[in-house]
Amino acid sequence: MSLEINLHKKTLTADQDDNKIYDLIILGAGPAGLNAALYAKRKGLETLIIARDKGGQVMDTSSVENYLGFPSLSGEGLVKKFLDHVEELKVPILEYEEVEKVQNDTESNIKIVTLKSGKALRTKTVIIATGSKPRRLEIPGEKEFSGKGVCYCAICDGPLFADEEVIVAGGGNSAVEAALDLSKIAAKVTLVHRSQFRADKILVDQLIQKPNVEIKLATEILEVIGDKFMSGIKVLDKENSKEYTIAASGLFVEIGYLPNSEVFSDLVELNSKNEITVDRHGMTSVPGVFAAGDVTDTPYKQIIMSAADGAKCALAANDYINNLK
Amino acid sequence: MKYINEEVLEQLKEIFSAMKDEVKIALFTKEEPCETCLETRDFVGELVQSSPKMSLVEYDLEKDSGLAEKLGVSLAPSLALLDKSGEYKRIKFNGIPSGHEINSFISSVIAVSGNGQPLPESITERLSKVNKPVNIKVFVTLGCPHCPGAVEKAHYLALLNDNITADMIEAQTFYDLSEEYNVSSVPKIVINDIYEFVGNQPLEVFLEEIEKTQVA
Repeated sequence: MSLEINLHKKTLTADQDDNKIYDLIILGAGPAGLNAALYAKRKGLETLIIARDKGGQVMDTSSVENYLGFPSLSGEGLVKKFLDHVEELKVPILEYEEVEKVQNDTESNIKIVTLKSGKALRTKTVIIATGSKPRRLEIPGEKEFSGKGVCYCAICDGPLFADEEVIVAGGGNSAVEAALDLSKIAAKVTLVHRSQFRADKILVDQLIQKPNVEIKLATEILEVIGDKFMSGIKVLDKENSKEYTIAASGLFVEIGYLPNSEVFSDLVELNSKNEITVDRHGMTSVPGVFAAGDVTDTPYKQIIMSAADGAKCALAANDYINNLK
Repeated sequence: MKYINEEVLEQLKEIFSAMKDEVKIALFTKEEPCETCLETRDFVGELVQSSPKMSLVEYDLEKDSGLAEKLGVSLAPSLALLDKSGEYKRIKFNGIPSGHEINSFISSVIAVSGNGQPLPESITERLSKVNKPVNIKVFVTLGCPHCPGAVEKAHYLALLNDNITADMIEAQTFYDLSEEYNVSSVPKIVINDIYEFVGNQPLEVFLEEIEKTQVA
């Protein structure tokens, strides 16, 4: 039995002074947002983090093995270290809040962050670090059987499929990691991916070793089928154009992520993938509004890249504020 | 101690130092074959040593059936939280609150002690209009990082309105119940056994579903 205590339970709750003008408001508390907070606070910026949840996507990763200095750590373990570090600097976090919109008052250059709860906060700069959410297959049956077999978090829902047959959709690191985790619980795991593996070789090699894992590459998932619950998927073998079904009681979708950028679409420029376009300093199309991590058009979504992005944006925000004076 | 080592106990002591008033934990177990009852009793027994303001009282689901019924306890192991005056605060943990659920246990105990995180006014205002009975079930697994968030939200809502009860249910311990409620993704939230959703959704979503039960 293990205990996964979140030491950040004691982080400061933000005070409710609505008249204050912050130097920096950071939206999101994943690696990008937390590292931005660290750098900003060290520069002496009056900083507030607003977040729906602390930790971001990393929390759903059972093990992280590519963050420099930590050869093997759980995703949550890494987040704990981040939060402990930020906590030392006493950055207030407004939790359970979601952003409704961010507006830029072009005359005063002040940004107004309006929350879904109705509260409006003013700040000189904003860093958008809202991350991304799991991408869906967008195929018939997926929505219908969501929560009835179709899952998006292997470490959460895996235990509910003990000794059953499951499918993992995807060919990147998240998919292979999910398949590895599930192979310890489920009777059989079939990994289905429409092209070839994108995952690190070190992970693929581990997966191939598993006796209860079957791998179907160049195979497209067409439909989730079932009655009250899902009973399997319909797939297309792209090499010989044959359709067939794979029976399973669970489908774990691990096909990448979509940026959480919708609420900013009226404010800043997005690219065709709905990622926020940023320059070399992490600045968006609006001066004083920066973006960091998975929500941006920066290539290679990695924890260490997001963290570095956050640092860059905080430093750039500091420079921006200095130039206002 | 068997489950909590020295280092973790020190961490827990620091965290529970945020407790304001005393909190009583009523633990219901049963004699029948109950794998997790013993484990839960030992674990919670160790856990309450993290604060002089936490105490544990043990009951038997059958022998103390009167009290069990009064507190709406029908499963074992089950933990019901009572405030300093012994009043039941409509919050339960069904199954052991270990793994990630230690976090919802921490938040809920601190909240019952009178030092909970304040909720936005827009939420408390809507919540104050709830005047018919509401039961929130939150199905979790212990390895799920965002389940405690959903449990906390359900518990906070129950604390703020006398008409709401909120139960965490560990899906693997109560396998049959999970099957009955078709739980295949967690956290799964079921309200008054009718309305349901999956995920640690914002408080607004909890309220929207709760409000559906209030229409005559």
